[in-house]
Amino acid sequence: MKEYWNPWIERMPISELEKIQEKKLSDLVNYVYQHSGFYRKRFDGAGVKPGDIKTLADLKKLPFTYKSDLRETYPTGMFCVPNEQLVRFHVSSGTTGKPTVVGYTQNDIDVWTTSLARAMTSIGVGRGDIVQVGYGYGLFTGGLGAHYGAEEVGATVLPVSSGNTERQIELMQDLRSTVIACTPSYFLFMNEVSSQAGISIETDTQLRVGIFGAEPWTEEMRRRIQESTGIKAYDIYGTSELSGPLFTECMYQDGIHIWADQFLIEVIDPATGEQLPDGERGELVITTLAKEALPLIRYRIGDITVINREECKCGRTHPRIMRVLGRVDDMLIIRGINVFPGQIESVLMKIPQVGEHFMIVVDRVNELDVMKVQIEMTDEAFSDKVNDIMALEAKVSSALKHVLNLAVKVELVEKGSLPRSMGKAKRVIDNRKL
Amino acid sequence: MEDKIIKQISLFAENKPGRLANIANNFRKSGINIRAFTIAEAGDFGIIRMVVDRPEDAHEMLHNAGFTVSETNVLGVEMEDVPGGLGKIADVLGERNINIDYAYAFVTKTEKALLILRVNDIEGAILVLQGAGIRMIDMADIQQI
Repeated sequence: MKEYWNPWIERMPISELEKIQEKKLSDLVNYVYQHSGFYRKRFDGAGVKPGDIKTLADLKKLPFTYKSDLRETYPTGMFCVPNEQLVRFHVSSGTTGKPTVVGYTQNDIDVWTTSLARAMTSIGVGRGDIVQVGYGYGLFTGGLGAHYGAEEVGATVLPVSSGNTERQIELMQDLRSTVIACTPSYFLFMNEVSSQAGISIETDTQLRVGIFGAEPWTEEMRRRIQESTGIKAYDIYGTSELSGPLFTECMYQDGIHIWADQFLIEVIDPATGEQLPDGERGELVITTLAKEALPLIRYRIGDITVINREECKCGRTHPRIMRVLGRVDDMLIIRGINVFPGQIESVLMKIPQVGEHFMIVVDRVNELDVMKVQIEMTDEAFSDKVNDIMALEAKVSSALKHVLNLAVKVELVEKGSLPRSMGKAKRVIDNRKL
Repeated sequence: MEDKIIKQISLFAENKPGRLANIANNFRKSGINIRAFTIAEAGDFGIIRMVVDRPEDAHEMLHNAGFTVSETNVLGVEMEDVPGGLGKIADVLGERNINIDYAYAFVTKTEKALLILRVNDIEGAILVLQGAGIRMIDMADIQQI
């Protein structure tokens, strides 16, 4: 088994990596200024010339790029290459607004694939593995991204796509899948369906690794998944605007490695736009250093995280982002308090009587925000005494109040009654008309 | 002593229209007869408790239908269907500091009333009730009601 996909670049001293970044950044600003009317206008508006960007410290002079820019220039207004140089389009699901289109040159696909090949190697996935891809194939980047990455490292791909859960489990057993790539919520559903059929993922399948992403999930959820299925669960990170899923944690499960020769990351205060020192929590901003068709300069991806530039125990020198708490778009403001669904998940998963499925329902009653968390009754937690159930509701509610500083109504619902997801889980119903 | 313990089926249900109908349909389809039945409701949810003629089958059927269901040990105490019948039972249990978690009653065809009891100390309760000459029914009796 390979330890590194590209040891030379993955273990390069950070000072040398920064030299590469500096050179690529300066080339990039020249390239976009020349090839994209959008960026030329944006730079001119901010009074920046490509020549002003000489070192990494100059990065903060550049204006931000936003998801709304991609929407406003829909479909291809920000592209830097003519359409005939594109080999593929992907289109985002548009969960938070109008869809966005991403185009790829052959080189863009290669860079994407290499990024994932490094990532998969870092979690010990390679030749001899059977990688079952349960992310959707098609316009969504999850399926094809994982597919290309797995093929690149020499694994055998089982392209099931999402859905068809009984079939997933049957094939997982028959073809002896060792790796599953899907959303964590879909994997939980697979686990539920297989348990009901009397199949244990731990003892009746060869599965040993899960590559889970496309939705935020927590450390507590990881513990649950690992304990109940015996696999190692890794976080994968990326977004369609950046190409798709790109980065994972390594075997040490201590932050996601962001390949510095391809991407430049910073963390900013979302309110002021000022860069924050490493180690401080803020909004992640990414500049693509190697993309041709749709380069992004200081892209406000919207995820809240912390950068860690210490060398990892695995020997990789590239910076890591610590587990993403949630996307700014997913943040709820309840009576003026910021609440991330991930915070709620993390509280719930620490309480053994609470199952893996939950739903957050927000209403406005008499001009006041009211948040309700629905959790499912489990066989283990069920008591036929009303007091016991009310005590469980009170326990969950008080744990949530402790973390969120908000009164939360907890409602136990019947097992299996909350929606199950085959892709990105929907965890919030916001009934407020804001 | 064991034979005096009755297996009650307890079921978690959301307090929503149609839930009870769904449960009742499942019973009808599997030919299981409900002998005693009560709902404890608490706002958004309720706990349905029932004594049926075939508790094992009922448990399996409800579990397979996706319900959260458990079997609870309860006592079925025979009362004279006259004033004071309940008081006598509550008195002897209270004297021995045995707490009644909940209780519900029904009347049989034989002019007797039956009280279903969940207590905090079931074996203690059996001894106390037997000592006071109070008759308890068993699963065989339940099947014959």
